[in-house]
Amino acid sequence: MDVKAVPKKLGLKEKYRHLTRGLGWEPSYQTREALFPYAGYEGIRIHDWDRWEDPFRLTMDAYWKYQAEKERKFYAVIDAHAQNNGHLNITDARYLSALKIFLQAISPGEYAAHRGFARVGREFPGVGTQVACQMQAIDEIRHAQTQIHALSNYNRYYHGFHAFADARDRIWYTSVARSFFDDAMSAGPFEFMIAIGFSFEYVLTNLLFVPFMSGAAYNGDMATVTFGFSAQSDEARHMTLGLECIKFMLEQDPANVPIVQRWFDKWFWRGFRVLGLVSTMMDYMLPKRVMSWREAWEIYGVENGGALFADLARYGIRPPAGWEDAGKAIDHMSHQFMLGLYQWSFGTSFHSWIPSEEEMDWLAEKYPTTFERWYRPRWDHLRKLAAAGTPFKNFGLAKLCQCCQLPVVFTEPDDPTLSCHRELEYKQEKYHFCSDHCLRIFEDEAEKYVQAWLPMPQLFQAPLNGDVGAWMAWVGLKDGLDNGDFAGSPDQRNFEQWRRNATRNHREGEAQ
Amino acid sequence: MQIDLRTVTIEPVHQTFDHLARRFGDKPASRYQEGSYDLQAAENLHYRPTWDPDQALYDTGITRIVMADWHALKDPRQFYYNTYTVTRARQQDATEANFSFVESRGLVALLPPQLRTLALDLLVPLRHAAWGANQNNAFMCGYGYGVTFTQPCMYHAMDLLGIAQYLSRIGLLLGDTAALDAGKRAWMASPVWQPLRRYVEDSMAVRDPFELFVAQNVALDGLLYPLVYQRIVDDELASRGGSAVAMLTQFMSDWYEESSRWVDAVLKVAAAESGRNREVLAQWLDAWTRRAAAALLPVVAQALGPAADEIVAEQLAALAARTAKAGVAA
Repeated sequence: MDVKAVPKKLGLKEKYRHLTRGLGWEPSYQTREALFPYAGYEGIRIHDWDRWEDPFRLTMDAYWKYQAEKERKFYAVIDAHAQNNGHLNITDARYLSALKIFLQAISPGEYAAHRGFARVGREFPGVGTQVACQMQAIDEIRHAQTQIHALSNYNRYYHGFHAFADARDRIWYTSVARSFFDDAMSAGPFEFMIAIGFSFEYVLTNLLFVPFMSGAAYNGDMATVTFGFSAQSDEARHMTLGLECIKFMLEQDPANVPIVQRWFDKWFWRGFRVLGLVSTMMDYMLPKRVMSWREAWEIYGVENGGALFADLARYGIRPPAGWEDAGKAIDHMSHQFMLGLYQWSFGTSFHSWIPSEEEMDWLAEKYPTTFERWYRPRWDHLRKLAAAGTPFKNFGLAKLCQCCQLPVVFTEPDDPTLSCHRELEYKQEKYHFCSDHCLRIFEDEAEKYVQAWLPMPQLFQAPLNGDVGAWMAWVGLKDGLDNGDFAGSPDQRNFEQWRRNATRNHREGEAQ
Repeated sequence: MQIDLRTVTIEPVHQTFDHLARRFGDKPASRYQEGSYDLQAAENLHYRPTWDPDQALYDTGITRIVMADWHALKDPRQFYYNTYTVTRARQQDATEANFSFVESRGLVALLPPQLRTLALDLLVPLRHAAWGANQNNAFMCGYGYGVTFTQPCMYHAMDLLGIAQYLSRIGLLLGDTAALDAGKRAWMASPVWQPLRRYVEDSMAVRDPFELFVAQNVALDGLLYPLVYQRIVDDELASRGGSAVAMLTQFMSDWYEESSRWVDAVLKVAAAESGRNREVLAQWLDAWTRRAAAALLPVVAQALGPAADEIVAEQLAALAARTAKAGVAA
């Protein structure tokens, strides 16, 4: 071999190509189909995997180096937070409801994304794509773990965190997020990329993470702010990967466009429904508000989404089918959902509450066309009942949408006085839906959605047979500690007492 | 003298999460435990995979190994993302220092030409084998059951990508991009490499995650790493004036030693579970190690010549002793 004395220096791009792309080869002892059996069944046509543009060109040595630096900082902060009773610095223990929902519903989703990306990191027949997906796979387990580790210290002092692993598989509202991730993972590799890589990371992450992490910062939660900041550069990579993947599919073959459009429609709506949880957090659960859900939607939904749709229009992609109805729901969804959570709070491993007058004034200002007219009267009524010692509890069970699994609590897009409810009979069974879009998703893949596990009917089946106490034990919910109204809860009492003790002197023997 | 700072103490209301209290008792859990046990959804999975409706989203039935509790397959290194990346970043620093040392002192130019050619012929095609191993470990992570088993498979996959990239850098350092092209041609067409390439492709068609674990991490890599990095690079090449090459592959040697602890632990717990598991593991081990030895023989013969037969036989015996210690007799 002709060996030069001094090898020429390679540019970054060329070096990456050699260190990554060059690793793969065309198999000959096995067929491509035998090694990559799931690459074709969704109908997506890829003619040249080498056309895939690597968004980051990150090699493993650089990955280890950058990530380890972030990890060292992160754990230094949460160790200090735990050691110094950082939990007493939050504005108010009501804030913790947002964290409890996050740990029960979102962190398990991060873990699911880890497994899903490991799968597609193996199943895609192109090295560049595989490496990018594998890096996301390992990032996602990072996110699940940093979240659990950050929130673990809250679990030591507050209720509602302790049974997150049981809640993930059994309690009713987590099944909104779980069904989203199960739906993505039971889809083929390309649809998975649209679901998580594109819809979840690109369209929704801004709406989930920015308000969430800003909310944590506003409310004095250093632990959560730190995992948010630490995940930010990972998220930037993931968003780029998602966008790159959708463009790659669209550029490879025009026949891919209608398939991608269908997934785009489906996953936008699936994601939008998951965001229902975020909307209540922003408008109701943060004692110190960052911005309203509507304002966040304007910035991250309308502006960013609009720019994206304009970008994709040249491929023949139109805005998702549910886009307009989503816009109509913005002024209603957080209120409708929080009213639902309040009346079913006996069955949630977090607290809800009636907003104060001051908070309702803020909501009225942020939602001038809807709050005073439709929602303040309902909260006033609930407050009256609570003051009279007969707080409203809805012991009837919520009817869940067969697709998104949210209770059917939303109104018609064009009529806030009319409950929105769709029904469909399929093979002699009746199915319920929250919206036209969820109904359409079901119709497209009925055989998939008839399998959905619905947590409400479970309560009436063996072995629970309608016994609410047995149900609570089964989902890991401790009645009187984890659930119900925040007012009068142990979390409220403990937080106030601990903060008093931490900030004031008390005499020996004084009751605490 | 000890000084006790006075801090506000608050009695915790929970020692740990419920699922960890059930496993380990009601006491504070380690970060490894918090970041591993029971994170995978286990019940009430919503839909069957459209890519294979015969299996569940997470399915214990896709492997012939049966475990009462898959979380028993824990990692003795207790790697979770933080300890994993911090460990590797430290090793990466050392590797970078080794590369700089070799480059800055012009040690490549001092290598005898035949030795340099031998190192290139031997090491560069192995980057493709490492890439195959990466994909197989990504598969085990994706489709295996239980976080304590699947989590280290992902770390292992990324390690193997790192190894494939270090091997590529060695190729570039010793021989420029032409060396990578030559290595790829050898991997694709040279008779020396075809049995190994066939092994890698055949293993990639295996869709039982535990069989794949045996085929890749126990059988193939259990022979390849000691043969190539210990017997050839560290012993043979170093004795012929090629210590510089050993500096460049130090990561592989250290990594093999460290990760073998995990591989052995997994094998041991799976074997201890039942006679049926031991039987299945022994069958797999027998079939795959035999093939792996045959596939590696022409590869190592490039460096070891006629002694290759004997040295491969020695390594086979060493691997058999290692797996016997883990409770599996091939």
